[in-house]
Amino acid sequence: MKLLTHNMLTSHVKGVTKGYPLLIKATEVKVNEVDFNPQFVSRMIPKLEWSALVQAADQLGHRQDLPGDLVPDYEKNEDFLKKVHRVLLEVEVLEGCLQCPESGREFPISRGIPNMLLNEDEV
Amino acid sequence: MKLKELESCLQQVDTFEEPKILLEQYPTSPHIAACMLYTIHTTFEDIEGKLVADLGCGCGVLSIGAAMLDAGLCVGFDVDHDALEIFRRNAEEFETSNVDLVQCDLCCLQGDAYGKKFDTVIMNPPFGTKHNQGMDMKFLRAALTMAKTAVYSLHKTSTREHIQKKAHDWGVKMEVIAELRYDLPASYKFHKKKSVDIQVDFLRFSIT
Repeated sequence: MKLLTHNMLTSHVKGVTKGYPLLIKATEVKVNEVDFNPQFVSRMIPKLEWSALVQAADQLGHRQDLPGDLVPDYEKNEDFLKKVHRVLLEVEVLEGCLQCPESGREFPISRGIPNMLLNEDEV
Repeated sequence: MKLKELESCLQQVDTFEEPKILLEQYPTSPHIAACMLYTIHTTFEDIEGKLVADLGCGCGVLSIGAAMLDAGLCVGFDVDHDALEIFRRNAEEFETSNVDLVQCDLCCLQGDAYGKKFDTVIMNPPFGTKHNQGMDMKFLRAALTMAKTAVYSLHKTSTREHIQKKAHDWGVKMEVIAELRYDLPASYKFHKKKSVDIQVDFLRFSIT
């Protein structure tokens, strides 16, 4: 699971009003090389919940020097975009779980795939 | 990458080992997948550098194709663990780094989940036959929530008018890009004929 994907995932357990962001408890993390596309990264930034991304990177111990706030004029800042690229696309959670911040319900991640299926009584 | 090359690569994608009838699992043929993706990419420029979602991704043929056409990231969604495991293996073999996989039930998507987060949604959803009535429309509804620009999907030609009306109700524009003959080889024991040709529309929905 990449952090770009994680940034979009929410818990929909019955009764939960804000199942976001999901806390990451990772037991295995991998860093891959992914081709850098600065325009793509730049376009993704406005779609992100920035603080959730920073928190997630932190939880994985892969925040490095990603700033807590967006830098101004990031579209032209290749250094910054490279940092965002690494965190969004190159860091991957292989094993662990995602935890709903409100209900505490855990969604397992196995072989890089988060399982967001709910049980009958949670829907 | 040329169409023939893409099709040739997609022929290497492993498909369902034991397809589940209840989920209406059929692989998308490499030919159809390649034609779909190639059109989306060259005519509409909706793949390269885009955030793409593949709903009901199954073993990932559409996602892997999108990744080969340089999608920024293609995220595959499916309810079936076994299919996703095959997709994961495929991605590993193809060394595809720009895909991600999520196991979830698209019918349980609430409100604005993933609302307009994806540039493009591509899919070959269940047609909604047998016990799966209405599944095609549920997928379409989910897709239209998730997409910012366009949804590309395959639906039975016999449902075209019904879908057109729904699209109108939902305020989206529908375009029939092509009519295909979907050749379904007898993959389930109850199929009497060796293969069946279904008339299928390749549709584009633009989010206005």
